[in-house]
Amino acid sequence: MDAADLAAVWLTLKLATVVTLLLLALGTPVAWWLARTRSRLKSAVMAVVALPLVLPPTVIGFYLLLAMGPNGWLGKLTTALGIGLLPFTFAGLVIASVLYSMPFVVQPLQNAFAAIGERPLEAAATLRASPWDTFWSVAVPLARPGFLSAAVLGFAHTVGEFGVVLMIGGNIPAQTRVVSVQIYDHVEALEYAQAHWLAAAMLAFSFVVLLVMYTLNPQALKGGR
Amino acid sequence: MEAHDAGIRARLRLQRDGFALEVDLALPGHGISALFGPSGSGKTTCLRAIAGLERVPGAYVAVGGEVWQDDAAGIFVPVHRRALGYVFQEASLFAHLDVRANLAFGRQRVPPGERRFELEAVAALLGIDHLLERRPDRLSGGERQRVAIARALLTSPRLLLMDEPLAALDHRRKQEILPYLERLHDELSMPILYVSHSPDEVARLADHLVLLDAGRVVASGPLGETLARADLPPTFADDAGVVLDTVLEGHAEDGLSRLAFADGVLHVGRRSEAIGSRLRCRIHARDVSLALSRPPDSSIVNLLPAVVTATVGTDRPGHVLVQLRMGGTPLLARITERSRRELDIAPGRTLWVQIKGVALLR
Repeated sequence: MDAADLAAVWLTLKLATVVTLLLLALGTPVAWWLARTRSRLKSAVMAVVALPLVLPPTVIGFYLLLAMGPNGWLGKLTTALGIGLLPFTFAGLVIASVLYSMPFVVQPLQNAFAAIGERPLEAAATLRASPWDTFWSVAVPLARPGFLSAAVLGFAHTVGEFGVVLMIGGNIPAQTRVVSVQIYDHVEALEYAQAHWLAAAMLAFSFVVLLVMYTLNPQALKGGR
Repeated sequence: MEAHDAGIRARLRLQRDGFALEVDLALPGHGISALFGPSGSGKTTCLRAIAGLERVPGAYVAVGGEVWQDDAAGIFVPVHRRALGYVFQEASLFAHLDVRANLAFGRQRVPPGERRFELEAVAALLGIDHLLERRPDRLSGGERQRVAIARALLTSPRLLLMDEPLAALDHRRKQEILPYLERLHDELSMPILYVSHSPDEVARLADHLVLLDAGRVVASGPLGETLARADLPPTFADDAGVVLDTVLEGHAEDGLSRLAFADGVLHVGRRSEAIGSRLRCRIHARDVSLALSRPPDSSIVNLLPAVVTATVGTDRPGHVLVQLRMGGTPLLARITERSRRELDIAPGRTLWVQIKGVALLR
């Protein structure tokens, strides 16, 4: 592995970590709402969250590119805020990855919250815990397996992204060139030996992650998708 | 029961999927009040509405002078701000916490100045002090329910609500918990509202009885008086009988023990409790027979004079229920319609009751 490969690995880990943290922060309230609401909007929100599961990454990438571009609403906003345009930046990759991996975080969390049922929350209320207190002291600890699955799946899925990254981030070394893109470059350049190193590392990494999750928590993925 | 603010008031009206609830409860602010009725009679809904777990529009709920819900005045105190304890049918312990942390959960959320009990003392009262480090999944059903009761008590509630706390347990576990419930009753001055569909539990524990049927209050009053009402619907009359609170007065030389109640003495098999102990016993209507004069040659020990106050038919063909008073103490007897006719039993008539069996409840 050369310096470019290492830079790609580092960038991938950084991207996956940032995205996972953001996904947990954003996905938790969405999952909590979905698990408990009786609103008619529930189905629509679930469908939107699940869209990345069925759409090709090029479609999501295309619309994000339009939105974040100079004429898109997001692009105008970021320009007005003095942030500049997001496509082909790390921040742009983060936003795209968060959207793209959202179902992998929301669905296990939603299932975990739903599995708790009404009763422990009612018991907590009769024990003087406010709804906010109950969420942190009862719901989150009881949904721990769900959080583990969500974090692992969100992280692993972000590491495994390719299409969205190419659409939004392109191929800028140390900025948007993640491992999956680096492998693509190696193969394009017929550098099969180097491609092998990274590809095998990805394979091993993904296997180990899933193995650990299934071993620690056999229920984790059940009904998680 | 006075209308002043020490008691429990609940006016609830609810219409939902073919189920109508319309109750106006006024219960004493002390002792155990039982909400008794067949399943589907609205017991649990009442309890959940009083707790605020279920919001019944237009309801009025006040406990110990504190208004918890008065929709007419726009008041609805959220559940977690009500000084109540709630014991569910299933223990509903927090699986991620050990017993000690479960017990501490509610207690630590009550301001220190309002805490009336120490964790260790309540654990000892319910016999779970050796289980504090266990996880809930390592407890038996009976132990779990005792932890749930202790956990509720530790919030120092002004009202303890119990929703069939024994219904999910087998007979042995029930027998294991009942003495602890009696201890709560005897040692804590905390009103308890106890939902049950078991006549035995009610007879054993309750001081005040509310009979619910199809969402309505059929009867409400002190246990002894209410059980002795002969005009109750068949659901309740089937297991008819009265409950007497007695004091163990002494022992006769022939091995029997004397139980004194307000208007007489009952003799039962020798009791091991201390003289002066309060014992509650149940006399089933089917165990009481009637005679016009004191039978000179009966093998039955407990013979007492009584006055007939009413007779009513039962849903058992050929039988009637006779309501009597021994002084101020009510009693029920179930006899055949033929005997009633032949003995000419009618209100006002004085006769002798023969009590064939006395069941000691506690």
